[in-house]
Amino acid sequence: MMALLEVRNLQVRVEEREILHGLSLAVNQGEVHAIMGPNGSGKSTLSHVIAGKPGYEVTSGEILFKGEDLLEMSPDERAAKGVFLAFQYPVEIPGVATMNFLRTALNAQRKARGESEYSTPDFLKKVREVAKSLNIPQEMLRRGVNVGFSGGEKKRNEILQMALFEPSLCILDEMDSGLDIDALRVAADGVNALRSPDRAMVVITHYQRLLNYIVPDVVHVMSKGRVVKSGGKELALELEASGYAQFEEVAA
Amino acid sequence: MNVAVAKTDTGRVLSSAFAAARDQLPGGGKIAEFRRQAFEAYDRAGLPHRRIEDWKYTDLRALMRDILPLAPAPDADALNRAASALKLQAVQGARRLVLVDGVFAPDLSETQDLEQGLGVRTLREVLEAGDAALQAQLFAPGGADAMVALNSAMMTDGVVIDFADGVILKRPLHIVHIASGATPAAMFTRSMLRLGKQSGATLVESYVAAGGAGAYQVNDLLITAIGDRARLDHVRLTEDGREAFNISSAMVTLGAHAHFNTFGMTSGASVSRYQATIVFAGEGARVETNGVNLLNGRQHADTTLVMDHAVPNCGSREIFRAVVDDRAHSVFQGRIIVRPKAQKTDAKMMTRALLLSDEAEADNKPELEIFADDVTCGHGATSGALDESLLFYLRARGLPEKAAQALLIQAFVGEAIESIADDGLRDAAITAAQRWLEARA
Repeated sequence: MMALLEVRNLQVRVEEREILHGLSLAVNQGEVHAIMGPNGSGKSTLSHVIAGKPGYEVTSGEILFKGEDLLEMSPDERAAKGVFLAFQYPVEIPGVATMNFLRTALNAQRKARGESEYSTPDFLKKVREVAKSLNIPQEMLRRGVNVGFSGGEKKRNEILQMALFEPSLCILDEMDSGLDIDALRVAADGVNALRSPDRAMVVITHYQRLLNYIVPDVVHVMSKGRVVKSGGKELALELEASGYAQFEEVAA
Repeated sequence: MNVAVAKTDTGRVLSSAFAAARDQLPGGGKIAEFRRQAFEAYDRAGLPHRRIEDWKYTDLRALMRDILPLAPAPDADALNRAASALKLQAVQGARRLVLVDGVFAPDLSETQDLEQGLGVRTLREVLEAGDAALQAQLFAPGGADAMVALNSAMMTDGVVIDFADGVILKRPLHIVHIASGATPAAMFTRSMLRLGKQSGATLVESYVAAGGAGAYQVNDLLITAIGDRARLDHVRLTEDGREAFNISSAMVTLGAHAHFNTFGMTSGASVSRYQATIVFAGEGARVETNGVNLLNGRQHADTTLVMDHAVPNCGSREIFRAVVDDRAHSVFQGRIIVRPKAQKTDAKMMTRALLLSDEAEADNKPELEIFADDVTCGHGATSGALDESLLFYLRARGLPEKAAQALLIQAFVGEAIESIADDGLRDAAITAAQRWLEARA
């Protein structure tokens, strides 16, 4: 079976500094992978490069998504193909109403796939259903995108979009950062509800804590720009006990 | 010296144009004398240039070079083309008053069934048969500004609108200036709006071209007197053809406790300038003036506002946004004058420019002239590019680059547009902004 996402020997620079030194990773449909690693190991860089953020130079390697060369696509093309990045720090966009943003984005993706646009009543119904399940009040949807949202609200807004856009690959970049335990549980429940045999997830986190709530099928350990160890979910617990130091030596 | 020679040439061409046109211009006797004096004032100064401080950023001598011949009155073909252009300009429920090539077009206008207390006449009627006091009021702006002086000399038509005391009309008036663009020509219009005490009016002004119009020049002036406790909601949309020049002036006077909510947007014309002077003549009056420039290509648009606080206890707010792409050039000059008697004035001005290309230019000139000691006055200005992190967020959600930019541009100009108090006028402004964004995509 062809992997949904296949990263092969990826080397990436930011300005003159190489951050990823030949990273490889394969994620199959329906799987949840966790990527763990210390700060500066390149976890967020990987998520940004997959989503197409400008400012990163890929000097070698490739990323295949559903067998297609992802690096040749613009960020919006990637989104329309089914790649979704839940941001570690979702931006605030004053003056752009959340509802207008959601509709514009959803219809842009559908248009790019040659699908018909949602009618307003269908769209509103869908948003209301998803918002309710995530405990997002309607009042939040009338505000500017993420404007005045708490950390937890911002993360829930990311998950709302994930549910609405129905991507086939979700990358969750440090979803737990800045969340207290209650907010984390709500967010994780939202993510778990979206687990499906048609959808893969890559959960990037520094701490094992998140993986108590979103239980992965595969755990990768990243250090210094490479995947240095992969294993089952028990690998996360092992890391919790022994720390990252052992892997930093391996990578060095 | 080159400049002097250029002035003489331009002056000579126009002198003959004025001589040729003067017999066709409405109003004899005293009016003709007003015109002659105004023309002399213009002729002495010539086209404004960069060494005149008020025109520093909009050098008409370089940009405009000369004044085109006076537009002939529109024929049937011109009126037909104007009628087609008019269809795009519908403002919900508005009463249209249409000027084609500087001449009032009764068949395109709605002057029947005027509401009680509303008077509408053409400028031509007033100049030919109006009372002397009204005629003098029409010439009151004088010749201090060369382009206003030229307007005084050459004005052919316009509308003179009166609201009686206490008359409040929800139905907007919509003055539409259409250039048929048959031949390169100049049009000179002047209108007047007088609001009686405690009256209320809504006015939209649009400047557009018929399809296929080439180069033309608009020179317009609106004189507005807002009576005590009266209110005017005003929107001005400059969507002239891309080879057009539009030099428009406004003189606004507010009575005691009057309220003026005004918004201007320029997305059309090659070179344009809107210069407005707002005078607080009665205590307790309020003005909100907001503007947006949406420019690309090599467009040049100048908004110059003078807020003249002559009496105590008045407030003014100015919000201005410029979106500048390609090699376009946006100018905002905002002068706030607080005269010695004008204590407790509360005047604020905020301008922001969004530069979408490396070659785009935005000039911002705030001038505060404060002669009273118990006032609150402030101004601020920023300029910058679209935020890359916001753009990436939107693109990562599936918006193509132009669509992501469009959403952020809408948000940027949103604050100025949201300040339009009247729902119908706000919709008209949003529609005009969308037309610009769609043309860009």
